[in-house]
Amino acid sequence: MTAAPHDPPPTGPRPTGPPRTGPGTPSAPRPVTGDLRAARPVLSAADVGRVVDRMAHELLEKTGGGADVVLLGIPTRGITLARRLAARAEAFEGVRLPTGSLDVTLYRDDLRLKSPRALEATDLPVEGVDGKRVVLVDDVLFSGRTVRAALDALADLGRPRAVQLAVLVDRGHRELPIRADYVGKNIPTSLQEAVHVRLSEDDGSDGVLLGPADLSRQETP
Amino acid sequence: MRRHLLSAADLSRDDALLVLDTAEELATVAARTTVGKLPTLRGRTVVNLFFEDSTRTRTSFELAAKRLSADVVNFSAKGSSVSKGETLKDTALTLEAMGSDAVVIRHSWSGAPVNLARYVQGSVVNAGDGTHEHPTQALLDAFTMRRRLGRLEGLKVTIVGDVLHSRVARSNVLLLSTLGAEVTLVAPPTLLPVGVHTWDAAVSYDLDAVLPKSDVVMMLRVQRERMGPGGERTAYFPSSREYSLRYGLNVRRAAGLQEHTVVMHPGPMNRGVEIAPEVADGPRSTIVEQVANGVTVRMAVLYLLLGGAEPAIGSAPQVSRA
Repeated sequence: MTAAPHDPPPTGPRPTGPPRTGPGTPSAPRPVTGDLRAARPVLSAADVGRVVDRMAHELLEKTGGGADVVLLGIPTRGITLARRLAARAEAFEGVRLPTGSLDVTLYRDDLRLKSPRALEATDLPVEGVDGKRVVLVDDVLFSGRTVRAALDALADLGRPRAVQLAVLVDRGHRELPIRADYVGKNIPTSLQEAVHVRLSEDDGSDGVLLGPADLSRQETP
Repeated sequence: MRRHLLSAADLSRDDALLVLDTAEELATVAARTTVGKLPTLRGRTVVNLFFEDSTRTRTSFELAAKRLSADVVNFSAKGSSVSKGETLKDTALTLEAMGSDAVVIRHSWSGAPVNLARYVQGSVVNAGDGTHEHPTQALLDAFTMRRRLGRLEGLKVTIVGDVLHSRVARSNVLLLSTLGAEVTLVAPPTLLPVGVHTWDAAVSYDLDAVLPKSDVVMMLRVQRERMGPGGERTAYFPSSREYSLRYGLNVRRAAGLQEHTVVMHPGPMNRGVEIAPEVADGPRSTIVEQVANGVTVRMAVLYLLLGGAEPAIGSAPQVSRA
């Protein structure tokens, strides 16, 4: 993570120990789980469009017009976001940013805690990552563990010149010293909440919703 | 709860497809990493317990475990406490006491892995038991077919030769029928097991009639070592030459196959008996691919059995510690 933060840091608890903002831990049973009707919108479809536009502009600004940039999305919605950032960058300045995907499942530190998961595609652009400025793209930045796994996976695939991180939503509660270079929206959350990012390619419509944590579904940590 | 891979029948359609899809991703990832290894099974121990000679399967499992960063202990019956009369149960308990997470077992007794699974807490993977089953071979064969031909559903697969002694044939029939392929077994009547009509496969004695309709032709090795003293002379078939004429895949027969048909063999081959060297080395042959795919598929199996808190595939333990 190279650049200085351009957005105010999340107003949620700082990562100086396990935050305790709610009455209990996430293992407390919730009355409604994973019901999107119980979630309130934080970003509308139009907001998501504007936020992605701004992130694409920032990316071009901070990388000198996207020189040597490779966008790597973390499945599933990170891939979609990476493609959108590339499409916007092309629309704004006519640069074509190579885009790929990076599955981090085999590098996760929580593999032992649950059943093995199906693997997603890892698909690097033909240019590879050696000597490139790799921008990892994910939908939600939470504990930072996914990004740590992504950094390990990336190190096994080559030696980028620099690695940056772009996320649509930073929800706070970091458990590792990791921060994003490009943030769509800082959303202060409690651990009893779940952030639902919806993108039309994957979910039929755009939007970001904040709802009660769904304990049956693994929230992107 | 621990689970095992003892039979190809342990795998539901979803399980089997999960293994094949996982293997597909592992093949791309493993090929791209600069270190050639993934950290996924760091700290896990896999014991290769081989009571029967095997080069390719043992090496394949060893490489698969090592590419996932597991520790591997190889244990062969020769020169071990087994040659001093130790029972399978005691061997298993000894290995377990040393902290193994999975035991990969090859044994000349059909059913030895099932037996072992009763005594150990870790996962048991059947790497071939007698004339019974060899589930990872069936998985790698299915993986190879899907890679070459793009699908398994509706594929016409012909398995030719010594079905009687073949654990590969049995596991393939079970797995391929789960995955929607149509299997035909072709062999002389003496080399078909009793009760083959209960298998989910058609049976024919006439190779030339079946070959033109096949998408996949899998040749089996004539397993002389399982035919008792005197080998082929114990009346399974009159001579190697006659067997080869009637049931061997020679150049003439291979020329009559459809354009896309692939030729498989689980190895080791008897060149010139069940398959002609020109066919084994020809463009239709997947024999070398099968070996490479074996490592990938076994990585997928080990990942799905050992990679998480609970295995994602396989059968539940049948009996707890007896």
